[in-house]
Amino acid sequence: MIELRDIHKSFGKVEVLKGITASVAKSEVVCIIGPSGSGKSTILRCINGLESYDAGEISIEGARVERDSSSIVGVRTQVSMVFQRFNLFPHRTALENVIEGPLYVKKEPRDQAIARGRALLAQVGLAEKADVHPPQLSGGQQQRVAIARALAMQPKAILFDEPTSALDPELVGEVLSVMRKLADDGMTMVVVTHEMGFARDVADRVLFIDDGVIVEQGAAKSVLNQPQHPRTQDFLRRVLHPL
Amino acid sequence: MQKFFSDAVEFVPILLQGVWLTMVVTIGSLALSTVLGLVWALMRVSGIGFFTGLSATVINVIRGIPIIVLLFYLYFVMPDFGIALTALQAAILGLGIAYSAYQAENFRAGIEAIDKGQIEAAQSIGMGWWLTMRRVVLPQAIRIVLPPYGNIMIMMLKDSSQASTITVAELALQGKLIASSTFKNTSVFTLVALMYLTMSIPLILLVRHFEKKANRK
Repeated sequence: MIELRDIHKSFGKVEVLKGITASVAKSEVVCIIGPSGSGKSTILRCINGLESYDAGEISIEGARVERDSSSIVGVRTQVSMVFQRFNLFPHRTALENVIEGPLYVKKEPRDQAIARGRALLAQVGLAEKADVHPPQLSGGQQQRVAIARALAMQPKAILFDEPTSALDPELVGEVLSVMRKLADDGMTMVVVTHEMGFARDVADRVLFIDDGVIVEQGAAKSVLNQPQHPRTQDFLRRVLHPL
Repeated sequence: MQKFFSDAVEFVPILLQGVWLTMVVTIGSLALSTVLGLVWALMRVSGIGFFTGLSATVINVIRGIPIIVLLFYLYFVMPDFGIALTALQAAILGLGIAYSAYQAENFRAGIEAIDKGQIEAAQSIGMGWWLTMRRVVLPQAIRIVLPPYGNIMIMMLKDSSQASTITVAELALQGKLIASSTFKNTSVFTLVALMYLTMSIPLILLVRHFEKKANRK
């Protein structure tokens, strides 16, 4: 469903992606792991056109992703994104955040958008917070609203960019459990994460990226439990046993 | 003091006619400068080279010309090109154009203060540039922009007195006319000053209100 073919991307003179080729099938959950600055987030940002790429091709169900073409809006309505720092609109309530896209981008009738928005907030366990503004919500609650906002676009896939990295440890679980439910419901997901437990339990496949290349990939359990490449082994050792 | 009050009774009705024109000039040029300023600012942040350059040039040209020269130009020079404006039209146009540069810089600062993540979130749900501006950026930028906007309003109120140089009989000119025909400079200009102050105070309170609101966020 999502295809990346030999993607190269540089910021100035620094090449951050050095030929990434990968694909994500429908209903698949793919976790991308790797050290900071390895290019993980850049891959996600290229997939939904927040970042352009220099060479190669990204396509979603056969449609090419190009940041500066008018078709990008169509791509973005099919592939939603959840950000590390939530990026909720602070001047709008939780419900308004969720219905913003359906109402103004998809031009859904208001009653229908509101009904669906409330249902989505209920789905992420925040039915009673519909009329609260984001600054009054905890980080975990904000991220769940952000997930509801992404779902409201009825996307074919959701990209998660380190969705729990900005959260206090005790709030990580509530977000991960919402994501796990999505995965169980068959949502196609690409997740950049440092949560190895989540990757092991929920992901179908794991890509380990270092220095702009895919060093190792495969079934989640095999990559995480029996990494073959020394760099993967070293990374996992440092993540799982920091001391 | 008694003399001042008797002068006041005599002059205030005449000065009030000036107050009316001062308000017309201020409100007219405030509206114009707001619209133009928003246009310059949106061009500036559009990311399109041509618009960015054009807007920067326009802003710098406007900023580099004194308001009074702009007014003279509109009122005395434009008729040579077949565009005859009334003094009031020229005053509103001139002050509106002159202040659009400051409005633009204020709006731009407000827009650029919005977290990039907000724009990316808007894009990620399929919003285009204009929808992102209208639904996400501008509503948040308003809070940041309002306190300086209030200050610009106060400056415009006072600078509307420059319209007197092209014969708009607003408060300052009305005062000058009375003073030069009665020689009661002290009474007249004290009254004029008090009237400007009276008009400024609500605006000053408004700015304070905006600032409090912005800080509460």
